[in-house]
Amino acid sequence: MSDQTVQLILDNLWPLLKAAVTVTIPLTLVSFVLGLVVALVVALMRLSPVRAVSGAARAYVSVIRGTPLLLQLFIIFYGLPALGVTFEPFPAAVIAFTLNVGGYAAEVIRSAILAVPKGQWEAASTVGMDYLTTLRRVVLPQATRTAIPPLSNTLISLVKDTSLASTIQVTELLRVAQEAAAPTYQFFAMYSVAAVYYWVICLGLSALQTRLEERQNRYVAR
Amino acid sequence: MTDPTQPGQYGHSGQPGHPEQPPSVHETPGHPLVAVTGLAKSFGDHEVLTSIDFEVHAGSVTVLIGPSGSGKTTVLRSLNTLETPDGGVVRIGEVEVDFSGPAPKGSARKKQLAALRDQSGMVFQSHNLFPHMTVLQNVIEGPTVVQRRPREEVMGEARRLLDLVGLAEKADQYPYQLSGGQQQRVGIARALALRPKLMLFDEPTSALDPELVGEVLHVMKDLASQGWTMVVVTHEIRFAQQVADQVLFMDGGVIVERGTPGEVLANPRTERARQFLQRILDPL
Repeated sequence: MSDQTVQLILDNLWPLLKAAVTVTIPLTLVSFVLGLVVALVVALMRLSPVRAVSGAARAYVSVIRGTPLLLQLFIIFYGLPALGVTFEPFPAAVIAFTLNVGGYAAEVIRSAILAVPKGQWEAASTVGMDYLTTLRRVVLPQATRTAIPPLSNTLISLVKDTSLASTIQVTELLRVAQEAAAPTYQFFAMYSVAAVYYWVICLGLSALQTRLEERQNRYVAR
Repeated sequence: MTDPTQPGQYGHSGQPGHPEQPPSVHETPGHPLVAVTGLAKSFGDHEVLTSIDFEVHAGSVTVLIGPSGSGKTTVLRSLNTLETPDGGVVRIGEVEVDFSGPAPKGSARKKQLAALRDQSGMVFQSHNLFPHMTVLQNVIEGPTVVQRRPREEVMGEARRLLDLVGLAEKADQYPYQLSGGQQQRVGIARALALRPKLMLFDEPTSALDPELVGEVLHVMKDLASQGWTMVVVTHEIRFAQQVADQVLFMDGGVIVERGTPGEVLANPRTERARQFLQRILDPL
């Protein structure tokens, strides 16, 4: 490696880290949390006995899963202005990723809820709980345990998917790396640094997943 | 305290909040605690219950026996609104719900059903304890979260109940750490903690290893002798003989025979009941 390349890497370690910490990670976390809220609502709608409600949820999941994430981003950022709705890059990315996570995680949450035995709903009913209390106190705590591994997958995918936001002018990790590399065509060096950063974020999240799983398993026979 | 002829101590003994005593019941003659008339239920085309009538007097134990599929569990579940009957009237204490004719709209019906459900506590065949809560949390969940009673008071009561079922030292364990019989006894404590007027047991020993059955039946026997009103679905004929005041033999969705254990169990009048008891007492 030439001294010039080493210097470029050293000069950009901090700007790339800053982009990761101030844009990539917040974009991931905000979208994920909002996405989970959407997903929970969609999952409960899918479980509704009312046909129209479950049908609407099913259609939503189908559209989200059946179209490219990049296209979803483009429609919100480049497409909606045609209808008079304009977003700044960062909010546009949050909306797109939230809706996307909402679709995927809805299926995870739905199956996790279905995995809770019917007897738990009945026991909750006999101690006097209504639907929402049953969800909050009995069903969701148990469904969480089932849902943590697949939701961790969703989250880790999302970390890397946020790189797509570089295409709608969000100055996240990948975009900062691109901009640093462009003047001198040092793409290999800069993309490698960005890759390492993504990887480290995902390592941290994997460790978090392990800890959460251990915590959740405290009440299960091994 | 355990004089079964005096079930009404609770609430006027100067010691309210002692759940090991059943709730006070003022029963006027001819006005039993539970009255079921014309109870009917179908699942699709299959009629599981056809016009079930029975009464349960305060402080008495009613045992439902009969072959599987005879509808006895559905009767029990109807009392707790886990099943919604298609017809008939169910009254427990002051709460009466008429299931025949059009149901009141939406939330009015919901309120009705909730009021009826609150009259009874339920013990399931497969305990259905909340696995993510400790034993103590299981017992206090209903009283604190649903009934919103003061936590301190509920905790004390829950510990006394666990003591009553012989599990005081297991309070902080999770259900998976207990044996089947212990889990079932926690289930009983959880139901008692709701301070119901009526205790329902749905085959509480059927899922247990044979050597664990006794500990559960013992607790139930204790409750009966303390004056709790109980309706029990079971195949434990000896329990019925010793504890029941009334035995109902069901088959094909109707009550075929009813009476004291001496009548129904010792001297069944119908061939169906005779055959059933024969098969249970001497399966070979």
